[in-house]
Amino acid sequence: MVTQSAMTTTNPRRSSGSIGPRDTTGYRIFTWANNGFLVVLSLAMLFPFAMLVAQSFSSPAALKAGRVGIWPVGFTLDTYKFLMQNQMFWLNYRNTVVYTVVATVIAMVLTTLMAYVLARRHLRARGFLVGIVVFTMFFNGGLIPNYVLISALGMKNTIWAIVVPGAISVFNLLVMKSFFENQPLELEEAAQIDGLGWFGIFTRIVLPLSQAVLATMILFYSVGFWNDWFAAFLYLDRQELFPVTLFLRNVIAGASSTASEGAAAAGMNSATQIAESVKAVAMILTLIPILCVYPFVQRYFVSGVMLGSVKG
Amino acid sequence: MSSAVTGVPAEIGAEAQAAEILEEARARPRARGWWPPGGSRRDRGRPRAPKTPWRVELRRNWVLYAMAVVPVVFLLIFRYLPMIGNVIAFRRFRPGGSIFGEYWVGTYYIEMFLNDPQFWRVFANTAILGGLTLLICFPLPILLALALNEVRARVFKRTIQSISYLPHFLSIVIVAGMVMQLLAIRGPINQWIESIGGSAIPFLDRAEWFRTIYVTSEVWQTIGWGTILYLAALTTVDASLYEAARIDGANRLRQTWHITLPGIRPTMVTLLILNIGTFLNVGFEKVFLLYNPLTYSTADIISTYLFRVGLVSNNFSYAAAIGLFQALIGLAMVLTANLVSRRLVGASLW
Repeated sequence: MVTQSAMTTTNPRRSSGSIGPRDTTGYRIFTWANNGFLVVLSLAMLFPFAMLVAQSFSSPAALKAGRVGIWPVGFTLDTYKFLMQNQMFWLNYRNTVVYTVVATVIAMVLTTLMAYVLARRHLRARGFLVGIVVFTMFFNGGLIPNYVLISALGMKNTIWAIVVPGAISVFNLLVMKSFFENQPLELEEAAQIDGLGWFGIFTRIVLPLSQAVLATMILFYSVGFWNDWFAAFLYLDRQELFPVTLFLRNVIAGASSTASEGAAAAGMNSATQIAESVKAVAMILTLIPILCVYPFVQRYFVSGVMLGSVKG
Repeated sequence: MSSAVTGVPAEIGAEAQAAEILEEARARPRARGWWPPGGSRRDRGRPRAPKTPWRVELRRNWVLYAMAVVPVVFLLIFRYLPMIGNVIAFRRFRPGGSIFGEYWVGTYYIEMFLNDPQFWRVFANTAILGGLTLLICFPLPILLALALNEVRARVFKRTIQSISYLPHFLSIVIVAGMVMQLLAIRGPINQWIESIGGSAIPFLDRAEWFRTIYVTSEVWQTIGWGTILYLAALTTVDASLYEAARIDGANRLRQTWHITLPGIRPTMVTLLILNIGTFLNVGFEKVFLLYNPLTYSTADIISTYLFRVGLVSNNFSYAAAIGLFQALIGLAMVLTANLVSRRLVGASLW
């Protein structure tokens, strides 16, 4: 990867050793206060997660009574079992996986091709092409014309409405373009002398040398598509096509039959109360894949943001 | 808004633009300077040739142009066609008919929203919500970055960073769900209020609470992620300046004030200008997920209003007129921000 500066570059004050009075009482107090502040802040930021976990393992009765804070009350796995047995949930979960994979593949192909072309500085139409790409960053058609277009193309209630329209993210494209631009031209020239055409250079020289940036882009796109719900909300009407985020949204909004099913299944008289723990479980199950890739993704995301600014 | 419509990851906004701008700012002095000999890495390579005729250019590079065909067609259909589709703001539109409408009606729909008190209410809500977000969410990452910068223990620092970036990766549906669970009538916040003797508040049904809830959750989502560019800028501050300041007797506070803050000033100014340029783009999705008719008086913003007008009431042309108006304001503000940035920091996007 080009850089991970925000994460790993050393602090200038630390790296230079003896700078700064660091054994004075005032400084020690400051350090403790500062660290304490950061710990408290982190715990506060983690609180919503802890709450979700606690609620997901708590009995509906305890939730209804408002006794669940940060620790499960009346520990039970029933809510998990209930949701795990829900056919629609798994169908929607599978849809999310399919949508994410297909959308990421489409997006990667289009973005990589365009970024490679835009990175060839000698192209006479380069300025024009960059222009039409960048302009879409500042001005977009808006909700209604997009909706009208997708409907007119007959993409409503198909997977294509979800996986196609998001295919080129200008930010990702520019990151990739600047990565390609920083590859040594000599390689390309040597390949040309050896008889490779532009497409051969792309597939045999540029792509193998760009695995880091390709991995970053795949992660960027796939997390984005995994988390998306609004395209599905707009363009899909049939529940068996929904991604899990939309399932979740409907559970949260109380508009889903699942929540009331849950109430019935747990023998509760109030549909809204059981829904609370179903909501928590649905959120956790949607979150888990993100949490699993997060440790690996994180540094790529950071370096992705930095790629433009600290390169070279 | 755009991310909502197109499914593009939502984080592409300010970071992308800031990264580009900062890159320009850094690259410029080198590109123009006398070092390195033979020009910087950026202009190395083929010397700028005299313009080749198009015929020759196409023959030589047709493979490259062919590679660009599919992405360009994609952009034309899914980005530019909807832009043109905005003409329905000036035309009668029939669902199921032509996507460009049936016949011209002039400025009928424009006048309609200009005379719509509801529109001006949501416009004011958007400005207030965007303004509050800017006011509160802009400075906090700077403070957090400064605090993190003082941490010596590496593992500790990285842990805090990991935790604070995490909310950025969550789906907005999960964020909204968490907010709802936290603020539920039996949720942790209300439990706490009751334990200190208050009575539970149905926060999400109270219009006067909406802005607080929105901005607080926005802080939660963005404070960590926002530190990235500042932390990077902090590493570029010249360490010898601190040494000099210490010899001159400056304590840590004064070092921060006189060295650290000026050191990250270009980053701060650039991000501030960009954020001002985009402050009307209040996140549609979170408002949409968190609001309800009881909170419309403070929560309803331009984009949620046009969603209801267009896709719930099926008044496509009217909604398109509002959307076009918002997009044009957004474009004008970004262009202005860019101009200001160029004057002030000497860097701009193009």
